[in-house]
Amino acid sequence: MAPFTVYVLIFLGLPLYEVIHGAFTSDADQLTLHNFSTIFSSSEYWIPLKNSLILSAWTAGLGAVLGTWLAAAVVATPPGSMLRRVVSSASGVLAYFGGVALAFMLIAAYGRPPGGVLTTWLKDIGIDLYAQGFNISSLFGVGIAYVFFQVPLMVILITPALEGLRPQWQEAAESLGASKLEYARHVAVPVMTPPFLGAVLVLFGNAFAAYATVLALVGVTVPLIPAAIEAAINGNVLVNQDRIAFALGVEMILVVSIVMVFYWMAQRRARRWLQ
Amino acid sequence: MSAIGGVGPDLVGGGSLLQEIEEAGTPGPPVTRRRRRPRAWRLVILVIAGLFYAIPFLAAVKYSLIQNDGSFGFANYSAIISNGDVRNALYTSLEISAISAFVVIALMLPTVVLVRLRLPKLTLMLEGVTILPLVVPPIVIAAGLAHLQGSAPEWLVKLWFNHPLTGLTPTYVVLAMPFTYRAIDTGVRAIDLRTLVDASRSLGASWAATLVRVILPNVETAVLGAVFLTIAICMGEVVLSSIMLYNGVLPVEMIQIGAQSPGISVAISILGLVFVFLLLFSLSFIAGRRRGSNSVRVI
Repeated sequence: MAPFTVYVLIFLGLPLYEVIHGAFTSDADQLTLHNFSTIFSSSEYWIPLKNSLILSAWTAGLGAVLGTWLAAAVVATPPGSMLRRVVSSASGVLAYFGGVALAFMLIAAYGRPPGGVLTTWLKDIGIDLYAQGFNISSLFGVGIAYVFFQVPLMVILITPALEGLRPQWQEAAESLGASKLEYARHVAVPVMTPPFLGAVLVLFGNAFAAYATVLALVGVTVPLIPAAIEAAINGNVLVNQDRIAFALGVEMILVVSIVMVFYWMAQRRARRWLQ
Repeated sequence: MSAIGGVGPDLVGGGSLLQEIEEAGTPGPPVTRRRRRPRAWRLVILVIAGLFYAIPFLAAVKYSLIQNDGSFGFANYSAIISNGDVRNALYTSLEISAISAFVVIALMLPTVVLVRLRLPKLTLMLEGVTILPLVVPPIVIAAGLAHLQGSAPEWLVKLWFNHPLTGLTPTYVVLAMPFTYRAIDTGVRAIDLRTLVDASRSLGASWAATLVRVILPNVETAVLGAVFLTIAICMGEVVLSSIMLYNGVLPVEMIQIGAQSPGISVAISILGLVFVFLLLFSLSFIAGRRRGSNSVRVI
């Protein structure tokens, strides 16, 4: 136990202490909330927060719906089938390794013509996406890229819950005279709602914390919280920037913590039926 | 995350991925899946999903095959080895992955075993701690480390931050913890730990020997899963490395070289995606086989 504790204290505790301590102190090492009043009074820091929240929300929602459909289609095949192996491995790749590789794949496919293969091809047949305002290296482009890893993460998260939906329940419902629609309305949907909402929250937190894809796709100029933190650390325009970065960091931790509390509540509900 | 609730198999990441893989091979109770359901919708969804991912992937493959002079060929792929910076970055990242994977197992396996065997009261705390890296975004950990990098005493900087290997590996282990803990915990839960340990100890084996020669082979699949996930995370991580200005690791090098020769970065991306896919795909077969042999074993 001791090596683990010491390890975590040094390599997680220490940087975390730096951030929290730095956020609540002034340069003279006095306790202050000044850093927070700065980030909450300036639109320079409001806009990234707003953008991050909006981006996380819509990519989580879209990813969750598409991911559930995909997972439902896959779960219907017997366990151990080739399709399942391929989908679960591919999901793992995108969810855990994704980031930079995914960004470059999307740049190659959807980059500005004549670079992007697909966008160039579309332009040749008369659909010029870039002329219509599309840009893969934009906030919207980042959202598209996020959907590419939100869907597989949803598949990983929701598959166990879908598997827990027992066929016997449908049989029981039908033998009691329920139609398919009634079974869905009174059994399947209520049972699936908590794990679905829980997974949506994980997806939200995942998108909110993500930065790798952004780094490769757009860089520090994107108006999102992680980029604002990077700009504050490595920009070095003003003296007090590090503490701004820390305050933004604490803000991020707070948002994710709130999401986690709701997730935990959804999980407790989910466990009533799905084991 | 369900960790906080402290019950049962969770929905998060590695654990459930691995579990799913493991369950794939379980004979288990007969599940009567119905076959008479309409299959058209499934096919439609699978085709759409396939195209959604396959089309940009194939486009990227084509992109990576376009050489500087406009002709098709493998110049971007051969550049991975012939370009010194890229090659060195690849080696450094592979080194970091290998060491991280080793440290993860050396740290997590004994801890999980100890907690399950002797300190079950700490389970909740362990779950809470290992979930922390998901609550604290990588960019925030990076901010703290970057500050330490700038303010730490010189000897510490020399020891810790001067090289990406020492600067990044320890934190990558932390980043992988939420997934590796769950993978290993799932594995350890599945075996009869107490009996194995009692048998081994009563035959005179030391704790170290018990751990390496008795427990490790029994949780091989879980450990392999944890190792593969750690490799995937380490090979793809870019936030810490770029904030801390380590240019010599692969993802950072990809972004830098991508500014002038994006073809090379795309080629590396494709190889990376295929490599990690094959790791996880092979894991699904190993897991299935192991499970099959489990039923014959006495313990």
